Amino acid sequence: MHPDKCHCMWELIHLRKVSSASKTADKVFRLATGVAASSPVVFLVVIAIIVVDQSIPSMKYNGWHFVTGIQWNIGDTYGSLVHKNGVMAASGASFGAFPFIVGTIASSLIALMIAIPVSLLTAVILAYKVNGVFQWILSILVELLAGIPSVVIGLWGIVTLAPWVKTNLAVWLAHLGVVIPYLAGPIGTGMGLLTSGLVLAIMVVPIITATTRDLLMQVPILYREGGTGLGMTSWEVVRYVCFPFIKDGFVGAVALGWGRAMGETMAVLMVSGSALNMLPQNLYSPISTMAAFIADQLDSALTDASHMAVHALSELALILMVLTLLTNFLARWLVSRTSGAKRLRAEVRA
Amino acid sequence: MALRRKRRKFGSTVGWTLGWLATALVLFSLVDMIGTVVVKGIQSFHWNMLWTVTSGKAGGLENAILGTLELVVISTVFAAPLGVLGGVFTAEFAHARVSRTIRFLTEVLSGVPSIVIGYFGYLLMVLKWGWGFSPIAGGIALTIIMLPYILRNTEASLMQVPLSLREAAWGLGMTRFQAIYKVIWRPAAGGMATGILMAIAIGMGETAPLLYTAGWSSLNPTWQLTHHELGYLTYIVWTYIDMPYDESHALAYSAAFVLLVIVLLINIGVRLLVTRPSLRR
Repeated sequence: MHPDKCHCMWELIHLRKVSSASKTADKVFRLATGVAASSPVVFLVVIAIIVVDQSIPSMKYNGWHFVTGIQWNIGDTYGSLVHKNGVMAASGASFGAFPFIVGTIASSLIALMIAIPVSLLTAVILAYKVNGVFQWILSILVELLAGIPSVVIGLWGIVTLAPWVKTNLAVWLAHLGVVIPYLAGPIGTGMGLLTSGLVLAIMVVPIITATTRDLLMQVPILYREGGTGLGMTSWEVVRYVCFPFIKDGFVGAVALGWGRAMGETMAVLMVSGSALNMLPQNLYSPISTMAAFIADQLDSALTDASHMAVHALSELALILMVLTLLTNFLARWLVSRTSGAKRLRAEVRA
Repeated sequence: MALRRKRRKFGSTVGWTLGWLATALVLFSLVDMIGTVVVKGIQSFHWNMLWTVTSGKAGGLENAILGTLELVVISTVFAAPLGVLGGVFTAEFAHARVSRTIRFLTEVLSGVPSIVIGYFGYLLMVLKWGWGFSPIAGGIALTIIMLPYILRNTEASLMQVPLSLREAAWGLGMTRFQAIYKVIWRPAAGGMATGILMAIAIGMGETAPLLYTAGWSSLNPTWQLTHHELGYLTYIVWTYIDMPYDESHALAYSAAFVLLVIVLLINIGVRLLVTRPSLRR
């Protein structure tokens, strides 16, 4: 046998040996990545199981009263415990979360009412009016807003926004109360529903803007040129060609922002006025949201010997989670429907 | 006809003006927010805050800075390997349907409110497992927050590696594993690092998941992992701004200033170094 050929064959055999060892490594690696990839799913399932499981005593004790009641009272924690529906609680305990559900929904809707026009218009500017380095810088700035920690936004809310709302915005809006009754009312301290909505709007705008900008940039150039060719003004192209094109995706982006607004804790906690056992009376009255209230109740949860306060907060967390997950599902479905299907169709037609 | 043309032109002007106004409003909020915190922060920050611990109504930030660092280290140790390996799985190994499901559930996880994650940590780790308020409970709660970002960024940057690179590696007789750790990860390394750094910035700024898991302590942290409360920067901002003393406010501003500087440095640095369009959301 030729020595060269022999060497070559030896190499082949050698190679096979190595590859059998690295086949094991391949399998081990694949298994490790699989385990890691399943970890978010595991976390999600465990969170759901634990929160549901810990809510059951509260569901038994409170029943439907939990979502309709207004009084949240952990009861006499030094007194004797009472039995009701097979669970124990401190005497006089009553858990009604209705004001927090109202606070969450009202503040997040106010946030959306401000954020929808602002982020849609900003996204139009980012997508069509600026380009090159300027577009890059502006996009970074808008995204920086999303990266600011929520306590810092809350701090700004306390120091700058709440006083401004109290002395300027609320006074001005209350004057309009003659025409629009929802805006009337005593102004209060500046900490309340309106300020919470404003702070939430600031936190939601970057999310909606970034998604909407990406959607607007997906609008095929031929569609826009077609609009211009028909003699539309540049704004009419945006209004009648681009907006209808991104409609579903935009609604999805809004739903995404809504989920964020409902789940936001610290910034709202700092500017909401932490209302307890009362429904908001007007646009300026103090409120509390579900998320902020859970954070606020840290001490009282620790003092309840029957643990019913812990279970009741868990049920509150459950309601909050279900609400945000529903909006999230809706959002993902709508966004993926636009960016997937429409792009494909557009490419085929173009 | 001329009137109609004028009206349409006027509408166009109004539309674009509103657009610029909205953009200006967003930028103004950002500048005012950063400006307020930076100005107040510089006025109240003293260097000796870095080596004094927090006291009842003022003091320094040493315990909180160290506590924040400890929490971030713990959560990164968990979240970075899980996120990177998970991203490799969804980008390289999983079938389209599986990876779509994992991606969807990861996004759902990132949509769970952070206070719910914190309260879950309290129910499971602090109460049920009896760890008490502890660095490990706080670290794991932060891990759940950070994991989706790392996984998504890793996957997105691996997806950008061209298929021809993989085919070349496989053609040389490499296994999937060899191809990944010798070839494919290199062009994606920047994106992966971006994901981890952004997740760290997010983790540092979180408060809600830590309230019910890490507790609060005005002592410097030790490396004891359970039954040991520890302080962190965001807690100072939240509680000390509500106190009636000027010294307390100064401490809250300083904590917010330190936090904001670190978070902004990470954010800006990352975006300046790696600005791949797909990584910007």
